[in-house]
Amino acid sequence: MLTGEEAIRSESVRILESGMGQLLQLPDVEGFREWNRAKSKEMADKRMTEAEAVRRFIKPGNYIGTELYGTVRCPMSLIHEIVRQGVSDLRVAGQGVLDLDMLLAASLIKAIDLTYIGLEVHGLSNCLRREVESGRVESVVESSNAGIAWRFKAAAMGVPSIPVRSMLGTDTLKFSAAKVIEDPFTGIPIALLPALILDVGLIHVHRADACGNAQIDGISGFAAEMARASKRLIISTEEIVETEVIRRRPDRTIIPYYLVDAVIEAPFGSHPGEMCYRYARDEEQIRGWVQASQTPETAAEFLDKYIHGVTDHQAYLDLFGEARLEALKSGAPGREA
Amino acid sequence: MSDQPEPYNASELLICTTSRLMEDGTTAFIGTGIPMLAASLAQKMHAPNLVTIFEFGGTGAILESLPLAVGGGCTFNRAIAASGIRDIVETAQRGFVEYGFLGGAQIDPYGDLNTTVIGDHDHPKVRLPGSGGGNDVGSNCWRTIAIMPHDRRRFVEQVDFITTPGYLTGPGAREAAGLPRGTGPYRVVTTLALLGYHPESKRMQLLATQPGVSVDQVIESTGFELLIPEQVEANPAPCAEELRILREEVDADGLYI
Repeated sequence: MLTGEEAIRSESVRILESGMGQLLQLPDVEGFREWNRAKSKEMADKRMTEAEAVRRFIKPGNYIGTELYGTVRCPMSLIHEIVRQGVSDLRVAGQGVLDLDMLLAASLIKAIDLTYIGLEVHGLSNCLRREVESGRVESVVESSNAGIAWRFKAAAMGVPSIPVRSMLGTDTLKFSAAKVIEDPFTGIPIALLPALILDVGLIHVHRADACGNAQIDGISGFAAEMARASKRLIISTEEIVETEVIRRRPDRTIIPYYLVDAVIEAPFGSHPGEMCYRYARDEEQIRGWVQASQTPETAAEFLDKYIHGVTDHQAYLDLFGEARLEALKSGAPGREA
Repeated sequence: MSDQPEPYNASELLICTTSRLMEDGTTAFIGTGIPMLAASLAQKMHAPNLVTIFEFGGTGAILESLPLAVGGGCTFNRAIAASGIRDIVETAQRGFVEYGFLGGAQIDPYGDLNTTVIGDHDHPKVRLPGSGGGNDVGSNCWRTIAIMPHDRRRFVEQVDFITTPGYLTGPGAREAAGLPRGTGPYRVVTTLALLGYHPESKRMQLLATQPGVSVDQVIESTGFELLIPEQVEANPAPCAEELRILREEVDADGLYI
């Protein structure tokens, strides 16, 4: 390691280590700028159905991302539609629980930048095990959770990489696409993570207007970063509000409309996951999936019943009925009386 | 009330032992599962000013009901701030977070943790969930505390995959890799013992045995050579008050215990 002063005087930056993981998406920041320049800035009505948004914007082989924390605020109605349409060979970034589990169960994933895929308190993901251990997922690239958020942040900043102090010295770095360099100012080894620009990002929010100005209540995970790292952004929302509601509290807007390509009204869009202040998670349904996901056959039956067997999100909600959904509302954490 | 100590199960023991390590007035990064219950218990027992920090944005939550997930509504219940994952991990990266509480599938003598694969990475025998926030916590918090069941399959000479850094190959290895100076594993809480690390060699050492457990039992259940200091403490059993709060307030629905 160089001392700080030697590092500053040094004329070259040394690469100390290169992760062996595949770079699943090139950090093409110039292309991203061009793309963003060409994107419409018109405050147009972008409302459509899940079916239309998935058909128009998600193509086989795309790199997609979902923003969520565990079962919280996950864009499940969009995930269901991807499974329904069978969009295959996807590359994904996860951090995923029910969402990526469904895509894995349907064998739609080819490559993963993987931080965590599991069922949290309910243990390991059987779908991840089957798809990775069989080699059907062709490439698994490791990361920490913040690593993925930082990669989105780099893309959001419009820069090709970002220096961080996580992942150093570990196999997590060795099996990532990161590089370790000697910081040219201090001589400290730092991990450089490549920017991650998504073909399509999927985010579920509390409220949005018809053009896509979106607000999230409670913690916001990595929504701000991922929204800004996505070439196409599909927003599903618990409710659609007048733009005037957004304009009354502009400080709450985490995603401005010009990032957004589609707005889908999806009440209970995170079901069976939770949505803070709105509804609790549907533990019974989650346990149902934990059981069903244990074998390929029962997982397929589950997908048949809850995804292929219904035409859209409303039909999915009808399977549960109003009383059950109302009960989830009253159990929402932090809900005001 | 009788003088007979109340019976308790393995989870309750892990929770109570972990809880006692949570200091009032400090910052603690709380991972999934047992750390959540321990933090809730600590706030109700000895550490009302424990600043809980949850990965996806909750800072300073008062844990009144039990979070099932690190991003659930309870993780910012009556909190002082609700931000996002970058803010939280960057707070740790610039030195504000004292303790990090984690679980793992395997641990080695230097406290390196595996939560990624059993077997070869590209052709794994068992694909585990991955780092999650584990690596961020183990890299950036000042003192990391791991909580695990204790057996030879988990306490191994060499983990199959270093997901989260402990002391890596020994003294100086973290700093050489670029990890923040002065950080590293601090304690391991298990069903059999409370363990720490030798200040020079950075290898795991026994600090205290859990109630009714002998030093030999701990040695037999560890798949590597554990340092045994001359003085080994006996960890006190969970007290009646801890168990009452745990069962009646922290996890009244019995989700974990």
